[in-house]
Amino acid sequence: MYNEMSDLSVRVAKTDISSDAAEKLQYKIIVEQLDFFYGDIQALFDISMNIEQNRVTALIGPSGCGKSTFIRTLNRMNETIPGTRMEGKVLLDGCDIYQDFDDPSQIRTRVGMVFQKSNPFPKSVFENVAYGLRVNGIKDRNLIAEVVEESLKRAALWDEVKDKLDNSAFTFSGGQQQRLCIARALAIRPEVILMDEPASALDPISTAKIEDLIGELRQHYTIVIVTHNMQQAARVSDHTAFFYEGKLIEDGPTKEIFTRPKKKKTEDYITGRFG
Amino acid sequence: MKILQPTLPVGPVRVIDSLDFKPKSTGMIPRGLTLAAVLIILAMLAIIMGNIFIGGVGTISWEFLTHPPEQGMKAGGIFPAIFGTVALVILMVIAVIPVGVFTAIYLHEYTNPKSRVTRLIRVAINNLAGVPSIVFGLFGLGFFIGFVGGGLDAVFFPDDGPVWGQPAIIWAALTLALLTLPVVIVSTEEALRTIPTELKEASYALGGTKLQTIWRIIIPQGLPGILTGSILAISRGAGEVAPIMFTGAAYYLPYLPAKLNDQFMELGYHIYVMATQSPDVEATKPILYGTVLVLLALTFALNSVAILIRSRVRKKRANV
Amino acid sequence: MRQLKFKPKSRIREFVGEKLISVNAYAALIVTLLIFIFVFKEAIPIFTDSIIQEEAAPDKMVFKQQFYEGREAKWSWQPTSDVPKYSLMPLFIGTLKAAIIAMLFAVPLGVGAAIYSSEFAPKRLREIIKPAIEMLAAIPSVVLGFFALMILATFLQNVLGLTFRLNALNAGIALGLAVIPIVFTIAEDAMTSVPRALRDAATALGANTWQVSLTTVLPAAIPGIAAGIVLGFGRAVGETMIVLMASGNAAIVSASFLDSVRTFSATIAAELAEVVFGGTHYTVLFFIGSLLFVFTFLINLTGDFFLVRLKEKMQGRTT
Repeated sequence: MYNEMSDLSVRVAKTDISSDAAEKLQYKIIVEQLDFFYGDIQALFDISMNIEQNRVTALIGPSGCGKSTFIRTLNRMNETIPGTRMEGKVLLDGCDIYQDFDDPSQIRTRVGMVFQKSNPFPKSVFENVAYGLRVNGIKDRNLIAEVVEESLKRAALWDEVKDKLDNSAFTFSGGQQQRLCIARALAIRPEVILMDEPASALDPISTAKIEDLIGELRQHYTIVIVTHNMQQAARVSDHTAFFYEGKLIEDGPTKEIFTRPKKKKTEDYITGRFG
Repeated sequence: MKILQPTLPVGPVRVIDSLDFKPKSTGMIPRGLTLAAVLIILAMLAIIMGNIFIGGVGTISWEFLTHPPEQGMKAGGIFPAIFGTVALVILMVIAVIPVGVFTAIYLHEYTNPKSRVTRLIRVAINNLAGVPSIVFGLFGLGFFIGFVGGGLDAVFFPDDGPVWGQPAIIWAALTLALLTLPVVIVSTEEALRTIPTELKEASYALGGTKLQTIWRIIIPQGLPGILTGSILAISRGAGEVAPIMFTGAAYYLPYLPAKLNDQFMELGYHIYVMATQSPDVEATKPILYGTVLVLLALTFALNSVAILIRSRVRKKRANV
Repeated sequence: MRQLKFKPKSRIREFVGEKLISVNAYAALIVTLLIFIFVFKEAIPIFTDSIIQEEAAPDKMVFKQQFYEGREAKWSWQPTSDVPKYSLMPLFIGTLKAAIIAMLFAVPLGVGAAIYSSEFAPKRLREIIKPAIEMLAAIPSVVLGFFALMILATFLQNVLGLTFRLNALNAGIALGLAVIPIVFTIAEDAMTSVPRALRDAATALGANTWQVSLTTVLPAAIPGIAAGIVLGFGRAVGETMIVLMASGNAAIVSASFLDSVRTFSATIAAELAEVVFGGTHYTVLFFIGSLLFVFTFLINLTGDFFLVRLKEKMQGRTT
């Protein structure tokens, strides 16, 4: 919503940015000193990280290290859990997503998300993909049909479902359901796609399909993917960040992280000494 | 109005055009309408309770609770009705608890939940919970009084008038026991589900048999749930009138029930009779309100205790 | 170290124990059958006894009858008149009228409150709403009947300027109070059991709180809400004391919701005490009881069906 308040804050954000502009501008998302709490328990500690535009950023680390919590702060999903609290800033194109938007759902139309377990609605394939358009006020039927088709094509699912658009989403396999969820996320044309272990519940063939898809999508989107499969991180990502016990230990180009980690902890994890 | 778009010329231009999303309403209408529903319900509840409290509180006194009615219900108290109600629910509980608890244990511990018999029993229980209370009354009359009572009379007292084949507190209590059976079963089952499998396995691993495990682990662990079920059953039983109208409740009795085949006075039935069949409604009004308040206080007290126990059980389960 | 001597376990005890426990479980099954048998048994003469059929054959209970020569045929329930009349139509219409009002009153309130409690209510308020509705459910029906008879009826008469104090509207609203908790509880359970993953999916697509509720949770919970409504309707039809006290009990055939009505259940309650054991009137009352039993049985099966659908839907097995 573009009311006076947010108009003003956008301008403030602009001037804010210009101070040390050049270096930050290539980043789609900038996270500054982020702390996160579930009630009294702190889950994330002072995380600062930059996420590059049109690149795939992988978040790795042992389970419980906060990588899922972190990814959910990027589209304000954590706000749906009662009793949580965060401090710090998340900037999307220079706008603070926590301060500059009075309706968190606006952020989520720009930062899409795919979950660990595929979670299609108990509706038809078509209605699943159209859902995001409908709740965001798109009523034009032709446009919806067009975007549904385009999204299913982008998710490499169109050929498998084009004759079954009215079938319930549950009639498809797990891998297909997950690609449907990706298509559904693409339909609202986000700029960033967050993927929280999108292939962890899938068989190797379905996983390979999802990974291929991520490779395709990186041309158009900024992708952040949580995975605890290090091979997967190495295969699909350009940039990797290693989380441990709620802290960002190290991040950098994937090649460097996997070949020349700077920190001892990262090396231990990569080489399989723990986790 | 338009959606915030990237405000800085950052990076490469987006490949896909943005869709023209409409701003969303804040949902005041659905929120407001559903809140109104809540408020109307709460207001009706408050009106009912307030009215009964204000109308009845003046009548409540020690005398009212401990004396029998006088002058055709226009004066005196309601002691026989209280006594009858208590006696009725005690008999009912004695009958319903073992059957209800063992049924729940059988369903939960012995049978395969998908077997045909189990499903049939479940359908029967669900169905029992939905049968109108007046049909229980018909059943009590036809089965307990006509068939069982009449049968007893024919065998043991062929020469006397009806001894068991007439309305009596035992028949009313048994009828109510059937009506409240689903309450006990459902509540017990909920408790059984909270018992961790590890506990049962530990008992088996130490050489306990199934029966020993049920007796020493499952029933003690499930006790709060069984208690909740009993209390809810009592509360339900104490408030039901339709099933006891023909099976034992009496309009007025000069004596208290002392034998299982005596008739009895009961609070709910007393209210019904005073409210609809009193020749002088205005004169009985204070006593009527007082009786309603006593019945309502009794059911609410019982329910509050049940809710309290249940919420503690649920919390315990959440912590396990 | 001293040696332990374990006693061998009694197999017989195990066996007898299991049998004793299982006997109880079959009790519920048997009781349902017994109710069926004993209520139906007393109603059978309607189909077999020619003397009873003269007054109350099934067709006579359904179609208009000419009771007096020269007068027009009509539906009439007057079992104790010189010419006993056993038409069930007036009772059927009365039951339906009271139940319809109850549903019109209870469904919007019950479902609305369930949506609010499950989706919008702050935690504190939710902790008030749920026990309050449990309290409403705990009010004995005779107390609701008393309330409708003494207070609600006077209020409605004054506000609407009614001729009859006790009527379908009055009884229906009081019945609605008994139905609200059923609708609320089942609908609320259905909505809160919608998996978090589904809510997350909608939230991540840019739906805001109320959109998630109305476009995702509510549609997913529809079978549960349907079950609540169906079971609530069963209660409205079967409930006795409220209608007995609040409806006026006049068996009138009319379309007006402001006329007094006599329902099936109230008829049994009001008349059974005065009938001759085994007579026509007695048999007809048991026949009405059988109808109620069959009706609620079907209602329960329907409700179960919806609840099974809900469970399947939640587990993602719908096709």
